Amino acid sequence: MSLLALDAVSKRFGGLTAVDRVSFTVEAGQVIGLIGPNGAGKTTVFNLITGNYRPDEGTIRFQDQTINNLPTHRIVSMGIARTFQTIRLFQNMSVLENVLAGCHCRMRTGVLGSLFHTPAQRREERAALKQSLAELAFVGLWDSAAQLAKNLSYGNQRLLEIARALASRPQLLILDEPAGGMNEQETQALIGLIGRMRQQGLTILLIEHDMKLVMKACDRLVVIEYGSKIAEGTPGEIQQDPRVIEAYLGAESDEDED
Amino acid sequence: MEQFFQQLTNGLAVGGIYALIALGYTMVYGVLKLINFAHGDLFTIGAYLGLTLLTSLALTDHVGGFLGIGVLALMVMGLVGIIGILLERIAYRPLRESPRLSAVVSALGASIFFQNAIMLVYGAKFYVYPQDLLPKSPVFIFGMPVPLMRILILVASVVMMISLYLFVQKTRIGTAIRAAAIDQGAARLMGIDVNRVIMIVFCIGPALGGVAGMMVGIYYGQINFTMGWNYGLKAFTAAILGGIGNIPGAMVGGLLLGVIEALGAAYISMAWKDAIAFVVLILILIVRPTGLLGERVAEKI
Amino acid sequence: MKVPGRIVAGALFAILLGAPLVLDRYWVDVLNSIGLYAILGLSLNIILGYAGMFHMGHAAFYAIGAYATAILNTSYGVPVLWTLPVSGLAAALFALVVARPIIHLRGDYLLIVTIGMVEIVRIALINDVFGITGGANGIFGIDRPQLFGFKIRQPQHFFYLIWLFAGLTILLFSLLENSRFGRALNYLREDEVAAEGSGINTAAYKLAAFVLGAGWAGMAGTVFAAKMTIISPESFSFWESVVLFMIVILGGAGNIVGVILGAFLVVGLPEVFRDFASARMLFYGLAMMFMMIYRTQGILPPRPRTYRLDGVGEGS
Ligand SMILES: Nc1ncnc2c1ncn2[C@@H]1O[C@H](COP(=O)(O)OP(=O)(O)O)[C@@H](O)[C@H]1O
Ligand SMILES: [Mg+2]
Repeated sequence: MSLLALDAVSKRFGGLTAVDRVSFTVEAGQVIGLIGPNGAGKTTVFNLITGNYRPDEGTIRFQDQTINNLPTHRIVSMGIARTFQTIRLFQNMSVLENVLAGCHCRMRTGVLGSLFHTPAQRREERAALKQSLAELAFVGLWDSAAQLAKNLSYGNQRLLEIARALASRPQLLILDEPAGGMNEQETQALIGLIGRMRQQGLTILLIEHDMKLVMKACDRLVVIEYGSKIAEGTPGEIQQDPRVIEAYLGAESDEDED
Repeated sequence: MEQFFQQLTNGLAVGGIYALIALGYTMVYGVLKLINFAHGDLFTIGAYLGLTLLTSLALTDHVGGFLGIGVLALMVMGLVGIIGILLERIAYRPLRESPRLSAVVSALGASIFFQNAIMLVYGAKFYVYPQDLLPKSPVFIFGMPVPLMRILILVASVVMMISLYLFVQKTRIGTAIRAAAIDQGAARLMGIDVNRVIMIVFCIGPALGGVAGMMVGIYYGQINFTMGWNYGLKAFTAAILGGIGNIPGAMVGGLLLGVIEALGAAYISMAWKDAIAFVVLILILIVRPTGLLGERVAEKI
Repeated sequence: MKVPGRIVAGALFAILLGAPLVLDRYWVDVLNSIGLYAILGLSLNIILGYAGMFHMGHAAFYAIGAYATAILNTSYGVPVLWTLPVSGLAAALFALVVARPIIHLRGDYLLIVTIGMVEIVRIALINDVFGITGGANGIFGIDRPQLFGFKIRQPQHFFYLIWLFAGLTILLFSLLENSRFGRALNYLREDEVAAEGSGINTAAYKLAAFVLGAGWAGMAGTVFAAKMTIISPESFSFWESVVLFMIVILGGAGNIVGVILGAFLVVGLPEVFRDFASARMLFYGLAMMFMMIYRTQGILPPRPRTYRLDGVGEGS
């Protein structure tokens, strides 16, 4: 049984077919890269998996359950967490509170517990704080816990999104261009972080334009172009695939600027 | 049938007035994403300025009703337009980068100020517009008599709406306004002077609102310093109904609201007239969350 | 030396509680109004401040609470304070039913719908729906509340009732603010998509904010009905909603102390300007405008929460 399986999933926006009958599977413990030129439909695939968009056709299964029509927060609590291509942090809140957002779906306190700060509420709150600090330490942002999210550097904001996603204790982590806007050094650190996350047993699906990162970090790659899957295989195989070279790697030289 | 027709034409005339006011809300919203809660009071100012000019200049006595009122309307538009520009400078510009609701409170403050300024200048009593400005004879449409005034109000508002539409669609300034409404930052990069666009919008919107105030004075004959509150609310409803930020939407929303209200008052209940408009609004928004002509964009994530 | 804000607030509150001993009836009554608006402002703050939903129809919930008390008391003889939970529940239930279909509306669309809601409620009250609201004249002859056999009738008595209610509200809501619930509302104010994507059921929290805020406003309605002994639709006009809206935004949306300060300014300033006679509201409008321009985030914007981390440790 695969952890995640997309079966002939399509999504249309008006006349545009952004995702066209895409199928692939993600096995537990792997790091999968989803690559393709800009506008190919990669982010849309992510939004379909996380329930931000509803597929027009096809099914998406996670741990053998169909998740097509579930609301996003349900999908998160089932064990899929994500980061966003355009950073979406709670900008005016502290770094720590951003991570606490991820803990939310693993907590139980309701309105009454919140109004009266019951002992159970306090215990849970402390545990969440402890976990959040641990996630921050894991991504290397422990020192910045009290800062406002908007005051972090771009690269650190991306790391904070990862910490927030980790706090929901996912089985599958979905990263949309995690190295976007990072410098060389930060990208290296990110590759290390991805390695440590997989060591912890996390399955990762990521979109990335940085070919060095993709080749180093991923076990398998799925390539899409104009909404359709055109190739799938190990990084080595993909590098050799003539269709991919034509469609994507050929354009890579002018890809670097953005 | 006769009654229906009368209510329909009456609704269209009132709707035309709503639409003119709604255009001010929607244009300002388009470029600034701000709800100008003081807009209704600019409408009131228009009504009072119109009356003052009408009685003090006695223009209609010299050049006749139609021409006189036309000239006065232009003067009212100019004056209220200037007040609109000042309002933006003082009350809204300092808040452009602030949370959106801060500007709403500033607008409410300005509204309170205007309302009380009018009251201090003119007093709290009702004022009556002269009733002999225009010929009273009815016009017959499909054999049914319709007051000439009603036709004139409707024609005047439609003419102004079409002129505005053409202005926004066909002229350079209009293009700049549309560009600034889509993306202020990009418009600025393209060399558009966004501050000037905002100034123009804050001139046109209030000008239309002001002339609508004068039209209400002529149509109903009576004005009062609190009238802007209700008309403003109705026009804001109309703008939302059509899809706020959308110029044809404000026109459609205004006319529709006027007709719904007139028919609702006649056939459902006079006492529930004001509620009917809101019930219809809520029902429409439940079906179309961004109004009749508002774009339904799925947020890009 | 830095004095903790909590101590300053406590001291100010203690001074306030002594006020009726030195002030005359008129000013005590002004303070009572401020207190009532502070409670209402704090309940609106949950919806408008914490969750950031554009809500300008709060007077509707307040009205439902006040009318529930008035009807139960005058028609069924239920003692005023006993109606408190009923008022809260009635308003909360109303919010639940009304908010459900409109809660997904964005920004200004929600704003006009909430304005529409308050107008519809007011018109319904004027038209004497179900024949129980007394029409435009409203309901009169509401009993004074009785607490442990003591009849509350003087402004000074009401002062303590209202401000103890306010104190309780402040206490509970600041606990709420510093909890999972309070944080969740802030997340959805900051970025709804990110909140949902972090696993927060945004639709449920929006509804919960509405229901809680409405229920609290409903209970404030009970106190209002008891204080006035006569209520009519005009007490719950759109203008009341606007006043509450200004209290929250001007004071500092999302900050309890800010909202209370907002109540003092928005309700109290017209009293201060009384010397200007008929120009009083003119200056009031100007003051609103300039205070907002001067403090664009509100007079006391919320500060980020701080967490006690001692003993929690670095984890791994
Ligand atoms: N919410 C949306 N509404 C309309 N079109 C969209 C939406 N989201 C994505 N698209 C379109 O779908 C196509 C694929 O976009 P996206 O998935 O973001 O590409 P990628 O992530 O591969 O660069 C693009 O043409 C984009 O404009
Ligand atoms: Mg993308």
